[in-house]
Amino acid sequence: MTLLRHTNTDIKPRKALTVNAAKTCQPVGAMYAALGIHRCLPHSHGSQGCCSYHRSALTRHYKEPVMAATSSFTEGTSVFGGQANLLKSIETIFEVYAPDVIAVHTTCLSETIGDDLPQIVSKADDKGFIPEGKMVIYCNTPSYIGSHVTGFSNMVNGMVKLLSESTGEKTGTYNLIPGWVEPSDMRELKRLMSVMGLNTIMFPDTSDVMDTPLNGDREFYPEGGTTVEEIKAAGDSSATFGLGSFASKAATELLTSKCSVPSEVLDLPIGLRATDRFIDAVRSTAGVEVPNSLTRERGRLVDLMSDMHQYFHGKRVALVGDPDQLIALSEFCADLDMRPVYIVSGTPGKIFETKVLERLEERIPEVKIANGANADMYLLHQWIKQEPVDLIIGNSYCKYISRDENIPMIRHGFPILDRVGHSLFPTVGYMGGMRLCEMILEAFLSKLDRESPDEKVELVM
Amino acid sequence: MTTAVLEPEATKEAKKTFRKVAIYGKGGIGKATTTQNTVAALAEMGRKVMVVGCDPKADSTRLLLGGLAQRTVLDSLREEGEDLELEDIMKEGYGNTLCTESGGPEPGVGCAGRGIITSINMLEQLGAYEDDKELDYAFYDVLGDVVCGGFAMPIREGKAEEIYIVVSGEMMAMYAANNICKGIVKFAEAGGVRLGGLICNSRNVDREEDLIVELARQLGTQMIHFVPRNNDVQRAEIKRKTVIDWDPECSQADEYRALAKAIDANEKFVVPTPLEIEQLEELLIKFGMFN
Repeated sequence: MTLLRHTNTDIKPRKALTVNAAKTCQPVGAMYAALGIHRCLPHSHGSQGCCSYHRSALTRHYKEPVMAATSSFTEGTSVFGGQANLLKSIETIFEVYAPDVIAVHTTCLSETIGDDLPQIVSKADDKGFIPEGKMVIYCNTPSYIGSHVTGFSNMVNGMVKLLSESTGEKTGTYNLIPGWVEPSDMRELKRLMSVMGLNTIMFPDTSDVMDTPLNGDREFYPEGGTTVEEIKAAGDSSATFGLGSFASKAATELLTSKCSVPSEVLDLPIGLRATDRFIDAVRSTAGVEVPNSLTRERGRLVDLMSDMHQYFHGKRVALVGDPDQLIALSEFCADLDMRPVYIVSGTPGKIFETKVLERLEERIPEVKIANGANADMYLLHQWIKQEPVDLIIGNSYCKYISRDENIPMIRHGFPILDRVGHSLFPTVGYMGGMRLCEMILEAFLSKLDRESPDEKVELVM
Repeated sequence: MTTAVLEPEATKEAKKTFRKVAIYGKGGIGKATTTQNTVAALAEMGRKVMVVGCDPKADSTRLLLGGLAQRTVLDSLREEGEDLELEDIMKEGYGNTLCTESGGPEPGVGCAGRGIITSINMLEQLGAYEDDKELDYAFYDVLGDVVCGGFAMPIREGKAEEIYIVVSGEMMAMYAANNICKGIVKFAEAGGVRLGGLICNSRNVDREEDLIVELARQLGTQMIHFVPRNNDVQRAEIKRKTVIDWDPECSQADEYRALAKAIDANEKFVVPTPLEIEQLEELLIKFGMFN
């Protein structure tokens, strides 16, 4: 097992080099967010290769086709600017593909030459390329800033900026900005809101877009996604819950400042206590009671945690992925009495370390946290080589470390390229907590079964 | 390798005499005017010269072409695609000089720097520099401020090998010249580019010649020529001509001939030693500008 045989234990300070990055491009996130709008065609303002890569990055994870258009920059476009290409694109897309919305995001090239999206889109409007009742929204997504999470956040922010309106009359709905989670998670979040009895506008919503059934029909625009009318009406809701500060804070706060909708930014409800905080925020803001069915659901998670406590206790865990997920997961791991000792995210932001430490409540004094450009899989592997862990939680790229070091892993986050389940079964809420426990236990116990000497193999665990 | 063929000495010598020159300097200092007048003088001496305008305004060859509207490399690329002929973008001007303009986007959009890179690559691909052109000189006339990598293209990767900076005795012009020297140092480390000297394009500042001679000395180079201020230059420009073309007998024509001769005979090529801002200010005080 020596795929990563060049990793050594000698950690040298690095200024520039990144090895096996723990992040990807901004537009991947912007494209995923845009797909969460009903009848929306994402549009990549740049060269063709960018668009192809971003589409395939999403398809490989969600196992669904991803439609997106591109401005198809040539050398001439990069010199003279992308205005002519984008205008032609907008005209053609509405004529041929008839979406309700085009969601334009930029690329490194169009950012660097400084194309001005608001000006170009308003020009398209002047020229009559945007049919009555149709919309073009946009955001800036240079990949040399932030990560795919930043791109997601920027596009959701663009939705609020360019769509949400306040009519001055409250409709009694509640907004939920779910952050970058799986279609299964979005479905589960809607269920939780509905169990609590709330009328909810959730955006973006990729359920029934990135997890469509195979039924013989082929629809260019799937059934799911938040409609433009709903996102507009979000400005008249009673309150907004934004989940995950990295992915949802910008849009949540913009909705407050633009449309005076009171808001609260919470952790992603992954694990027992983060879900508790989410449910409690919904309860107190909306003035509703938590139904008994949900309390019993919670009880089943607590029961599972205590039944299997002996297998969780003291296990060292490495976490790698996106910041909102890791903040919640680090708390849940510690709540399970495991020891989340290494936490790595490619997404920059100083608040990350502060938040993780806050959630760990000084329970894991030996924790090592790194995020940003120099926080990569190589660093994580070096830490693991210095002192191993019992479990890795992260995306598919962790499997090389897992294989080399014979450490079990469970797949969580983006991207998962080599297993299924993530887009179908949620990890948010109490149900998600139970699923996470099941996956973690499966990883521990199957290793135990496989590696225990004959006389130690247990039937009952 | 058994079939290595030694190049005859003569061809080696011939290649060596193809000199690639870039002219830099503060915006508005007179780079295009000085370049074209000097090129006219070189042409008069029988040198075969190509001028590559690297300014999006595309005004670097107007005097040589008699005001002929030059179709730029990038306009041609935009309208006809990459399938271009050299003849489409290169025009013959005064004294058989070959003139091209890079061109660029309109102000405020796109990327002019990328435009320079694209057009110089295009010229190379089309064989503008090949031996059959029998060029003695290529002159790159570059936009005043080297604002990004694209505008450094003419001095990257061994394109232009010698640089002349047009300067005057005015503070900002000297400041810009010093800054350009910093750029040259960077590229000199990686490649063969060297500073050939300062061309003083006089603005009638007090003790201007002494000042620029001293600036040149401190930069480790020379003032290659002092071009006095003379309204004949403007008179010729109105006629869309270089001074030599307009009135070969006038005194200013001789100044450009002297500059051309000095460049043709120049052998002093250095890596400059840029000044600290304090040194530059001291220089100005010493020569009486702050009285």
